[in-house]
Amino acid sequence: MAGRTLYDKIWDQHVVSSDARTGESLLYIDLHLIHEVTTPQAFAGLRAAGRKVRRPDLTLAVADHNTPTENQALGLAGVADEAARNQLAALTQNVAEHGITFFPMGDPRNGIVHVVGPEQGRSQPGMTIVCGDSHTSTHGAFGALAHGIGTSEVEHVLATQTLRARKMQNMAINFSGRLRPGVSAKDLALHLISVIGTAGGTGAVMEFRGAAIEALSMEGRMTLCNLSIEGGARAGLIAPDATTFSYMKGRPSAPDAQAWPAAEAYWRSLYSDEDAHWDRVVDIDAAEVEPTVSWGTSPEQAIPVSGRVPRLEEMTDPNKRAATERALHYMGLESGQAIAGTPVQRVFIGSCTNSRIEDLRAVARLVSGQKVVDSVRAMIVPGSGLVRAQAEGEGLDQIFRAAGFEWREPGCSMCLGMNPDILAPGERCASTSNRNFEGRQGRGGRTHLMSPELAARAALTGVIG
Amino acid sequence: MKCFTQLRATAAALIDQGKLMANVDTDMIIPKQFLKTTERDGLSEGLFYDLKTRPDGSADPDFVLNRPAYQQAGILIAGDNFGCGSSREHAPWALLDQGISCIIAPSYADIFYNNCGKNGLLPIALPQAVCDALADQAGGGNMVFEIDLETQCVIGPDGVAHPFEIDPGLRDKLLTGMDDIAMSLISEADISAYEQIHQQQRPWLTPK
Repeated sequence: MAGRTLYDKIWDQHVVSSDARTGESLLYIDLHLIHEVTTPQAFAGLRAAGRKVRRPDLTLAVADHNTPTENQALGLAGVADEAARNQLAALTQNVAEHGITFFPMGDPRNGIVHVVGPEQGRSQPGMTIVCGDSHTSTHGAFGALAHGIGTSEVEHVLATQTLRARKMQNMAINFSGRLRPGVSAKDLALHLISVIGTAGGTGAVMEFRGAAIEALSMEGRMTLCNLSIEGGARAGLIAPDATTFSYMKGRPSAPDAQAWPAAEAYWRSLYSDEDAHWDRVVDIDAAEVEPTVSWGTSPEQAIPVSGRVPRLEEMTDPNKRAATERALHYMGLESGQAIAGTPVQRVFIGSCTNSRIEDLRAVARLVSGQKVVDSVRAMIVPGSGLVRAQAEGEGLDQIFRAAGFEWREPGCSMCLGMNPDILAPGERCASTSNRNFEGRQGRGGRTHLMSPELAARAALTGVIG
Repeated sequence: MKCFTQLRATAAALIDQGKLMANVDTDMIIPKQFLKTTERDGLSEGLFYDLKTRPDGSADPDFVLNRPAYQQAGILIAGDNFGCGSSREHAPWALLDQGISCIIAPSYADIFYNNCGKNGLLPIALPQAVCDALADQAGGGNMVFEIDLETQCVIGPDGVAHPFEIDPGLRDKLLTGMDDIAMSLISEADISAYEQIHQQQRPWLTPK
């Protein structure tokens, strides 16, 4: 038998049955993460059909997309936006009705769904994990098959604990070499997407491999897998190793001492065989990756921070040129200009991409004893209540506040601007989030994606660089 | 689910800088402020909101779906990688609420494509040159296109037929409008059997 990839192994392990007529398989789901925005219609569908949640114990709910990042202790009464409050109330009612574990807003365990799952030890190697959120790819960092689903699929998983899925292609992303100092997983991801494009991984599961990946911390791996979807791949994967196991040990829902040996033995079988077949392969020398920043309105429009935005007259593909022209106009940039030195008015440090303790420590190292320039409003939104508590335990909040950052309560916040944290038209933001689409952080807002280190520098200097 | 068999409708093309817009993302299709609903209906209000309105909220008369010839369009033509970005199913819901039940583009993002199939929205993939030619014809306004999913064919206003490929499973699903959950629940015994063995082999997966 030919060797199998990590994806093949997890897939094979979870196929309940296959339907030759539709080409779909029923894939068993080990963990279903849910939040307030993409579930109300699914619960309504269940109710209308008189169906129950099959495995409430394999479902975990948080409130993250809509939640304000201040006064969370007030509960729903503190949510000024009526529509957001109704949606949060609907989740509260739905989880109660179906007996689903829920970390509500204000609970220290609450936070961004893709921070909470790993933090609680719920995300484990070899699992299938889905959530009505495209950044579910984050959990692939543990060697779990994890991807976003739509609301109809949320309803399907709630009712059946399975997903109707088609096998995707296998795509190897080999990162040889070592990252240079000052270059992070975020730079690696943005660089990769600039090379393969936002549709580069469409139809595939990406497995990140190579020396540079082995050297990454779990949090760096989560950042990289998080951005798989921005490269078009629904899921990213990294084979679990000692780094993974040591991150998992002792977390509330990780296997206990009795179950651990069997679990670890299984996890150690989760890697791609040497003779596995890859449908697509991309090789990148990690040592050549520079600190990278997006200039446009798609994550593929990214360049080294020392670089220049594209020159229109050098673009030969008319479709690319049209897209570039639109992006330059929206972003208020000139063809061929250097990106360094571009002034920003806002800095956002947060999101499921970069809001974990290592991200906050990296920022603290840079801003300790420094001041955010007067021209910038800078905000730090930790990924969860526990990240926030840990940062405060380490005194990071004092460093941030002294430097002039707003230190907020956890949630998705300005990554997608569903809560009150948004950009004004024309405002330019150095952001550690994942999408720089037009209007993503507020209509007319201009988002530059970058690492926490670069965002911290922008806060201190007022410019990208 | 609503099924899709045939459609005779006018088409609107999303054009910018003289080209079909590529990478039309889900934030563009339906911005975040419209995701706070608990319903599937009424989302056309938010469809392409930032493109169809001016910053003051008034309608932009130049946006294609605001122009009288395209307000009834049942087909949308766009560039590569349509629907990239988030998993929000509000994107297909908003398109359907607007009366658009077929998209023609060179390629789609995976999650959006999948979401279309769950809602009776047909995503047709055709080569860029064909999409460009169809967009040109749509530019005449009030030009009727014919889509036939059974024969897998788009017939433009000029009468030229463009066959398209589609996953047979998706085609089947769209033609019959079958309910995924009801279908899967037929396999209930398989699910239970799998579940039992899976839990025995990997007991740590079941939370205590």
